Amino acid sequence: MNLHLQNILNVIQQDENLSAEHKNAITKSLKDADKELEITAFKLDRTEKVKRTTAILLEETIQELELKRKAIEETNTALQKTLDELKATQAQLIQSEKMASLGELTAGIAHEIQNPLNFVNNFSEVSNELIDEMTEQLDKGNAEEAKAIANEVKMSLEKINLHGKRADGIVKSMLQHSRTSSNKKEPTDINVLADEYLRLAYHGLRAKDKSFNAALKTDYDENIGLIKIISQDIGRVILNLITNAFYAVMEKKKLEVEGYEPTVTVCTKKIDNKIIVNVKDNGTGIPQKALDKIFQPFFTTKPTGQGTGLGLSLSYDIVTKGHGGELKVETKEGEYTEFIIILTV
Amino acid sequence: MKILVVDDEKDVQVLFEQRFRKEIRDKEMEFAFAYSGEEALNYLNDLRHEAVLILSDINMPGMSGLELLRHIKEKHQQPPPVVMMITAYGDADNYNTAMKLGADDFLTKPLEFSLLKEKLKAIH
Repeated sequence: MNLHLQNILNVIQQDENLSAEHKNAITKSLKDADKELEITAFKLDRTEKVKRTTAILLEETIQELELKRKAIEETNTALQKTLDELKATQAQLIQSEKMASLGELTAGIAHEIQNPLNFVNNFSEVSNELIDEMTEQLDKGNAEEAKAIANEVKMSLEKINLHGKRADGIVKSMLQHSRTSSNKKEPTDINVLADEYLRLAYHGLRAKDKSFNAALKTDYDENIGLIKIISQDIGRVILNLITNAFYAVMEKKKLEVEGYEPTVTVCTKKIDNKIIVNVKDNGTGIPQKALDKIFQPFFTTKPTGQGTGLGLSLSYDIVTKGHGGELKVETKEGEYTEFIIILTV
Repeated sequence: MKILVVDDEKDVQVLFEQRFRKEIRDKEMEFAFAYSGEEALNYLNDLRHEAVLILSDINMPGMSGLELLRHIKEKHQQPPPVVMMITAYGDADNYNTAMKLGADDFLTKPLEFSLLKEKLKAIH
């Protein structure tokens, strides 16, 4: 029993004025109090122990959290670094894709520039001859004939100018294609843009593979006029779709289907405030299992080294994110594929 | 002499008409133009037309100049005309193929018209 309570109990036991009944009652109360004191002391002790343990656990948890925070911080730094690297790689890939398509077109570009240059050379030679002839006629006093020749010279010079501008336009659009996108929408004749890339892609492939040939069909809506687009980006999309179309007809031609005539068709159309560009081929078509993936980056059905798998995914981004448009595909395996670009103006 | 020029570049017509102005005027030569292999075949299949000489570009969309040449040499009913091939790609492959298919001559772009005139006059 608690020492103080024991002392009280002793004093009470020795007190003769108290009755035995009172002494028993007080003794019982003192014993109960002692018990309660013991319980309280036990509880206090246990609480103290819990407190100490909790403090230790808390300390450990804080240390652990600190370690985790540091780990997260390091992971974040690593992730940020990876993200930066990915962004740089993505930019490099976009540029590579652009340069790869340009590389494929080099021969086509050479052809497209060579043709107008041939005309410039031939028409300038003709002009020289005509001027000699004109001088001859003037010497003979044939003013009427001289005038007629002068008109021919004029026509010849107009052709020189026209073909000079044609070559100039091709060089400019190629430089634009190789440059990083300005992201600036400019008034563009989409018919000229589509036709330019159709010819470039065609001659590029022809120069690379002499066995390749395809009929080109075009139907351009002359009512479209100039539309505001990022021309080098939309040019890339059209080029990509046309290159894919040529690839599909080449693949089908390899199957030696009787009577097969590879044909690629490019059409433009204006319906209300929508401009629609269709690129259709009668090639191999796209299998259903590949159809869901064609706009995914790095997805390609071409053999390794022949395609980056970025063409359609970049095209999709350019049309949808860059221009708020739609890029749709309709296809039947073994029969045709049609890509439809829908732009709102 | 009737000459059929086959080329997908339409300005070839203006060029030929200016270059052979005198010959056309003096009726020494007559030119017809087709802008694709298919168009040339249609022209040749029309019995009213009779080309003595065909000048064809090789590199054309659809039926190429070489396919046209093969068609003329293998399937043409009438006496096959003289066929001269013209190409921007004056390479060995095209040359050999054209010669194997029976081309009578082979010219490269840009055309040297003085040389072409000599050749045409020699045939004439």
